[in-house]
Amino acid sequence: MELTNLTITQTHDKLTKKEFSAIELATAFLEKIDKEDKKISAFLTLTRDLALSQAKEIDDRILEGREISVLAGVPMAVKDNILVENVRCTAGSKILENYIAPYDATVIKKLKSQGAVILGKTNLDEFAMGSSTENSGFFPTKNPHDLTRVPGGSSGGSAATIAANLSVFALGSDTGGSIRQPASFCGVAGLKPTYGAISRYGLIAFASSLDQIGPLTKTVEDCRIVFEAISGKDEMDSTSLNLKFKNQNSKPQFKIQNIKIGVPKEYFIKGMNVEVEKIIKKAVKKIENLGAKIEEISLPHAEYALPCYYIIAPSEASANLARFDGIKYGYSQKAAKDLMEVYLQSREKGFGAEVRRRIMLGTYALSAGYYEAYYKRAQKVRTLIKEDFQEAFEKVDLILTPVSPSVAFKLGEKISDPLTMYLSDIFTIAVNLAGLPALSLPCGKVNNLPVGLQIIGNKFQEHEILKVGEIFEKN
Amino acid sequence: MISKENVKRIAKLARLGLTQEEILKFQKDLSSILDYIEKLKEVDVSKVKPTAYSIEMENVMRKDESNEKLKIKFKEHRSSLASAKASANEKLLDLAPEIKNGYLKVKSIL
Repeated sequence: MELTNLTITQTHDKLTKKEFSAIELATAFLEKIDKEDKKISAFLTLTRDLALSQAKEIDDRILEGREISVLAGVPMAVKDNILVENVRCTAGSKILENYIAPYDATVIKKLKSQGAVILGKTNLDEFAMGSSTENSGFFPTKNPHDLTRVPGGSSGGSAATIAANLSVFALGSDTGGSIRQPASFCGVAGLKPTYGAISRYGLIAFASSLDQIGPLTKTVEDCRIVFEAISGKDEMDSTSLNLKFKNQNSKPQFKIQNIKIGVPKEYFIKGMNVEVEKIIKKAVKKIENLGAKIEEISLPHAEYALPCYYIIAPSEASANLARFDGIKYGYSQKAAKDLMEVYLQSREKGFGAEVRRRIMLGTYALSAGYYEAYYKRAQKVRTLIKEDFQEAFEKVDLILTPVSPSVAFKLGEKISDPLTMYLSDIFTIAVNLAGLPALSLPCGKVNNLPVGLQIIGNKFQEHEILKVGEIFEKN
Repeated sequence: MISKENVKRIAKLARLGLTQEEILKFQKDLSSILDYIEKLKEVDVSKVKPTAYSIEMENVMRKDESNEKLKIKFKEHRSSLASAKASANEKLLDLAPEIKNGYLKVKSIL
């Protein structure tokens, strides 16, 4: 039996039936990583000792005949911008190359208490800024479906571990598409939850009004399991909210026949890969054949989402990344002669090109004389984008769109032109600006490269999104 | 096109050291991104209120008091039980590039 290609539920089932032990399972994954991650480069740090000690605890529990949770003993990977106590956390940046996390992020605390086994920390674009994982300060990750292509980003390492069976599930973060786009490129499921659904305490901040943590998994069902385990209000994150997702699963009579789905005409644009468009249209047809009502809708400000995001996200980033000053932690240029030089040189050497570009852009947009023209205007356009969705959700329950206009592109293909790179997130960004939940799930392939379908819901409608996703996946 | 002087001014505000080549590179990159962002000027926002957060909430506060729960329980990974109860403070100071007598040490300002 192949231990490493099971879903969360299958793994749980076999652990409780004692078909294998948690230690055997963790060891199988660690050995596979040792063998296969050389070519994929999904992991930045392996937490072998932690994994084995967590696995042992679960085996002891099973031996004692105690009940275990569905995530107990299940091996997972964590994007390296989420803190795991006493484990290095780099955010993919040289500036944090030797930073040891002093505490657990709330999501990690929750998963540890459920008994999930942490295999290691995964590669990302530096500070989650990028769409290909090529902006990592260490090395690029490769797409397991084609090693000459990118896995997407910024949660490219996490997505690659799922596609290559190097972990059962993984955590990512999504500020403009960083869970959904790599999920799409790697052919796995990825959920970006509603803003506020999951605590971000212990997530290294990029753009605080947009960032959300979420799961990457093999199946939509697994997405639901992880989402339920990590969601909920946390006193350590004032933007987190308490909502009763859990009991919704037992809500009676969910019928896809009662669901109305909108397809926004603005999301089928010129320049989109024709094959991708065909596959998305086929997926929409399939959902219609399963019984949902499909209608065309309009999100008139869709084309402004990307420029709006490239004011708001860099502005917030420029403020958030001010903390990396060479004084409190992280890389410090010790040869500098005065304090100003410590700042200038530490941040020059510590940050990579894309991070510096965004800090510059954000600082510019917030600086005296430009604030009204850029930042304030972008915030107003954000209101209109949000209202577009509000109006759409008065007519329909869910919205279907592509995740990205193309399949995974070649390594190096877009790295020299920031604007072209930004365009690969054109369908995911509006969701973050509006704070909505959205799922990316595999719906077909172009020449063996996966294509992802995006299901967007109204705030806190994760249950409906996942239900439709599960029905799609099973048919 | 954004001027070289402006690039230098922004870099200084952002506390980012730049090399000469980078000044030229950023001048080009920022200009092309800003040109793209000009697109936002097509939208009539005269009657629109700004959105800072997608979920409306403000001034979420806790009581301003020291909270034992917030202190980090400390398991030192590299040494013995003796340091196992080291305070959160020590653990954070451990991460600092330079400290002196329990304080962060910085270079002279002038």
